Amino acid sequence: MIYIVILSVFLGVEVISHVPSVLHTPLMSGANAIHGVVIIGAIIVMGRAEPDNYAAIVLGFFSVILGTLNVVGGFVVTDRMLEMFKKKKK
Amino acid sequence: MINFYVLALIYLIGSITFVLGLKMLSHPESARKGNLIAAGGMTIAIFGTIFLDKSIGNYLWIFGGIVIGSIIGTFAAKKVKMTAMPQMVSMFNGMGGACAAVISIVEYSKHDFSHGGPWAVATIMAGMLIGSVSFAGSMIAFGKLNGNIGDKVFPGQKFINLVILLTGLGIGVYLALQNFGNNTLLLIATAVALFYGVMFVMPIGGADMPVVISLLNSFTGVAAAFGGFMYNNQVMLTGGILVGSAGTILTILMCKAMNRSLFNVIAGAFGTAGGASAGAASDKGTVKEISVSDAAVLLAYSKKVFIVPGYGLAVAQAQHTCHELEKLLEEKGVEVKYAIHPVAGRMPGHMNVLLAEADVPYDKLLEMEDANGEMPNTDVSVIIGANDVVNPAARSDKSSPIYGMPIIDVDKSQNVIVMKRSMASGYAGIDNELFYYPNNRMLFGDAKASLQKLVAEVKAL
Repeated sequence: MIYIVILSVFLGVEVISHVPSVLHTPLMSGANAIHGVVIIGAIIVMGRAEPDNYAAIVLGFFSVILGTLNVVGGFVVTDRMLEMFKKKKK
Repeated sequence: MINFYVLALIYLIGSITFVLGLKMLSHPESARKGNLIAAGGMTIAIFGTIFLDKSIGNYLWIFGGIVIGSIIGTFAAKKVKMTAMPQMVSMFNGMGGACAAVISIVEYSKHDFSHGGPWAVATIMAGMLIGSVSFAGSMIAFGKLNGNIGDKVFPGQKFINLVILLTGLGIGVYLALQNFGNNTLLLIATAVALFYGVMFVMPIGGADMPVVISLLNSFTGVAAAFGGFMYNNQVMLTGGILVGSAGTILTILMCKAMNRSLFNVIAGAFGTAGGASAGAASDKGTVKEISVSDAAVLLAYSKKVFIVPGYGLAVAQAQHTCHELEKLLEEKGVEVKYAIHPVAGRMPGHMNVLLAEADVPYDKLLEMEDANGEMPNTDVSVIIGANDVVNPAARSDKSSPIYGMPIIDVDKSQNVIVMKRSMASGYAGIDNELFYYPNNRMLFGDAKASLQKLVAEVKAL
C-alpha cells in the first residue's frame, strides 16, 4: 500500500513538472475530474447499504450524485476548455 | 472469483489512464485526447465496480444517482460562461470533497470497532476532515470568485484559524484513539472541519485564489486517497494520490510565481499586509492620460505591440474586442503578441482560456520569461485590466508585499498604455508606481468600451 502511495506521488510530481503554464487551468480541471474517483467509494457505500439503514441509503444516494457531478462536470468542463485550444490551432 | 481479477485489471487500466491523461494534458496537441482517455478510464472503473463487485446491490439507487448527477453536471458544465470557469472548477471540486466526507461519515457509523484498530478509524477521520474542509473552502472560493462574498479579515484571525484547525484534528485523533463509535462527536468534528474550511478561505484575497483552488483540489485528491485506504481500493488510492501530489506541485509552482510561502497562504494572511505600504507611492510624479485617438495612432504606427491582459479583461468580457484590435493592427503590419503572467486573472491559465475563446492563436500567447526578453524592443505595451503583475515595485521596493514576485517588465518597453477603470489599486491592495513612470499613459474607462473605441479609431486611420 505504502509502495503504491510513494509511486503515485512520484508519478504525480513527474507528470506535472513538465506542464507549460498555459495549460494550468485545463490541467487543474482535469485533475479535478480525476479525483472524482471518490464516486467509487460512494458506489460502495450505496451498494452495501442494508435495505433498513435509511441513513446510509439517503447519504449514499446523495454521495453518488455528488461524486457523479464531480466526474461528469469535471471532464465536460475540461473538454470545453480544450476544445477551444483545438479550434484555433488550425 | 474471476470477477475479482477482472476488476483488479480494470482498476489497473483505470489508474494507467489517469497517469496517461495527466501526462497528455500537459501538451497542447494531446491535451484533449488525454482528457477523454482519463474519462474513459473513469467510466470503466465505475461500471466495473458496479457490476463486478459482488457486494454491490441497490442498482436502482446507484443508477438513479448517476443519472441525476450526470444530467446536472453536463448541463452546468455546458452552460457556464468561459469567464466563470474558475468558479465551476471550484464548485465541482467541492462536490468531490463533500462526497468524500459523506462516505467517511457513513463508514464511521457502520464501522466495526473490534477490527482494524485506531489506524482504520484515523483513515476514516482523515477522509472526513479533509473532505469537509475541501467542500466548505471550495464553496467559499466559488462565492468569492462569483462576487457574492468579499474578503473578511479581522485581528487574530491566524491564531483563531489555528485553534479551529487544532480542535478539528484533536477530535479526530481522540476518536481514533478511543476506537469506539461516537456519532455525536463525529458530527461535531465534521462541523468544525466545515467551519475551518470557511475560515480558511474567507480572508484570502483574489491574488491568492488560484493557489487556494489548486490547494483545495489537491486536498480533495488526498481525501479520495484516504477513501482508497478505507476500502482497500487501488484505483481510488492511485487516482487520489496522483491528484494530491500533482495538485501540491502545481500549488507550489504558483506560490513560487508570486514569491509567497505556502504557509502564509494556509495561515490566511494575504491582504492584511497591504495597508502598510499603500502610502509609499504617493507624490511620485504625475499621472498622464492618453486620448483614444492618440492611443490609436501610437498603436497603428508601432512595429511591435505587447498586450498584457488581466482580470479586468475577463470582467469586461472584452476578449473578442481585444482580438479584433489585434487583427486590425496585424493588418496594418504591426506585430502583436500577448504576454501572459502565470497568475494573471483568477486562475493559472485563466487568460489563455479566455483568449482561446476569442480564437486568439495559441502561438501568439507568450509566457512571462519569453515576453520579458522581448520587452526592450517593444514599441508599446498595452495593459488591459492587469495591475499587480506589472507593478515594478515587485522588483525594487523591498517593503512592498509583492516584492520578489516575478512581473512582466512592461516598463522596459518604449511606451506603456494602461487601460483601467480608475486609479484604484489592484487585488493586492497596493499602489502601482508604474502609473507615474514617464513612459506610461493611462486610458481610463471600462476595458471593453475603451477597446471598442480604439478599434473604431484604428479603422478610421
